[in-house]
Amino acid sequence: MAVAATTTAAGARPVRAGRRPSLAWLGTVPFLGYVAVFLLLPTGIVLWNAIRNPTAGGFELSNLKQLFNSTERSYFTGSLELSAASSVIAAVLGAILAYAVASGNPDGVVRRLYLSGSGVLAQFGGVTLAFAFNAAIGPTSGFLFHAGWYYNFPAGIGLIYTYFQIPLMVLVFLPAIDGLKAQWREACENLGGSTWQYWRHVAAPLLAPAFIGATLLLFANALSAYATIQAWENQISYTVPQQIYIAINSEVGLASNAGDVLALGMVVMVAIIMIGYFLLQRRAARWLR
Amino acid sequence: MTKLIAAAKQEGTLNVIALPPTWANYGNIIKAFAKKYGIKVVSQNPEGSSQDEVNAVKSENGTSKAPDVLDVGMAVALVSTSLFAPYQVSTWSSIPAAQKDPKGLWTQDYGGYMSVGYNSAKFGTITSMSQLLGPKFKNSVSLNGNPTAANAALNGVMMANLAAGGTADSIAKGVDFFHSLKQAGNFVPVQATPATIKAGTTPIVLNWDYLNTASVVGQGANWKVFVPSNAELAGYYAQAVNKTAPHPAAARLWEEFLYSQTAGGGQNLWLQGGARPVEMTAMTSDSSIDTSAASALPPVTGTTVFLTPTQATSAATYLSAHWAQAVK
Repeated sequence: MAVAATTTAAGARPVRAGRRPSLAWLGTVPFLGYVAVFLLLPTGIVLWNAIRNPTAGGFELSNLKQLFNSTERSYFTGSLELSAASSVIAAVLGAILAYAVASGNPDGVVRRLYLSGSGVLAQFGGVTLAFAFNAAIGPTSGFLFHAGWYYNFPAGIGLIYTYFQIPLMVLVFLPAIDGLKAQWREACENLGGSTWQYWRHVAAPLLAPAFIGATLLLFANALSAYATIQAWENQISYTVPQQIYIAINSEVGLASNAGDVLALGMVVMVAIIMIGYFLLQRRAARWLR
Repeated sequence: MTKLIAAAKQEGTLNVIALPPTWANYGNIIKAFAKKYGIKVVSQNPEGSSQDEVNAVKSENGTSKAPDVLDVGMAVALVSTSLFAPYQVSTWSSIPAAQKDPKGLWTQDYGGYMSVGYNSAKFGTITSMSQLLGPKFKNSVSLNGNPTAANAALNGVMMANLAAGGTADSIAKGVDFFHSLKQAGNFVPVQATPATIKAGTTPIVLNWDYLNTASVVGQGANWKVFVPSNAELAGYYAQAVNKTAPHPAAARLWEEFLYSQTAGGGQNLWLQGGARPVEMTAMTSDSSIDTSAASALPPVTGTTVFLTPTQATSAATYLSAHWAQAVK
């Protein structure tokens, strides 16, 4: 096309013999549009509201000081504690489970059962999960009832979170374990390496970036969870999302723009985690090609 | 009145918002109004909060689906009067002066007392708040929501405060009570609903008496409700008409219906739902009250406490700083 265009135009007057701009970028428009509407726009609105003066209009950064009050800080500490506890426990247990699944028959029934089961359970959360836990293990079942510790924070709700965190870990970590080639182990053994040495010097360094990356993903997953804890610990705000609900919906006069300020704090936290996740994923991907 | 009925029928529709069918008998009230006047009642977001109602008035302003009438808590009513149209119902004189805006921008409609509802088959008879700290109430006592968000929960803490010897000016002793309750292992942070009561997760619930009746929480004769004798705390909701109501005549006819003292009118229907209608005193003296419904209410004998807007605000401010720390 470009060649034809130059030849026909050549006789008349000199024109720029450049190529036509590629239209390939059009393919990314739906994706970019999606990101703009569902990610950039809400983030912008949160930022706008967080620094705006709600009564006088205009902008001021002093709103953001609220983030450092001891009460506000305690919601961030709570969110961090809960996310850290549930993601680390789930990452360890999920990784062991993923290893067990990976060492089985790759086309076997067990593996398919685990994967589809994990796919479903990773999405099982919210009020449904809180009630299911309540009925199966909590007060209604009579089991552990008098212990009462499952209302404690973060132990009780952290335990409930592992119900969706472990399956998610299996899903995201299994590809990394599948990436461990049998030849590497054989090579290690041929060189006289023991099982411990294989894990210490070959498998662990290879899996570490994927493991930490997956843990960060679980961490972000727990950080943003709202409905489960809201059903379970309804009368106390432990986490940031719970407190955002109060800032928006309080009918006793405590509604304020603190919700947007807290949300901005969450955006920053998630952004840091996601950058870490991205860097680790890139490193992990080198070995999984 | 005839002209109002004709105009309302002409409009044919009434938009209401945040009226749960099991709340203060609203399910039957809506049906009775629709049947009596042949007006279609459109019920939006029945589980919404007072703040949701005001938000809807603002966001749907000028559309045909905007709420015509509101039923809001006093904290929200007092700061939203610029959205309301003044209206005085024909039974205006039966409403105590302290319970209405002089111009009729808002008028209190029904209310109740904070109460303790419990499963008597499990616990025997309970008569006071201080008993709840005892060892047999492990993992049992629950509020209706988070007191920094929900009015009913804030009043639950205030009831504990009064029972512990506090005054309406400071809620501190109520927060201390819940701290002790938590230390004793008796506090349950799960949202109390009919489902959690049925499941046994929240066998004791502090809530408005009309939301705590056996029929509302889906329990049988074993479900008992009492108002602590040293903490008789009352709260009323208020009616208001949207200034830019899409169905102005139907809105006003609805108000007339709600404040009507007849046997099938709003005041007695609320009473049948366990709520105390605002014209109750006047109706008791002229015998228009439904006596069997009135005698089913939990008895109240002492001095009734009403929170003033200032007291409610100072309680909320105190809670925002101290509640979470006290019950963690």
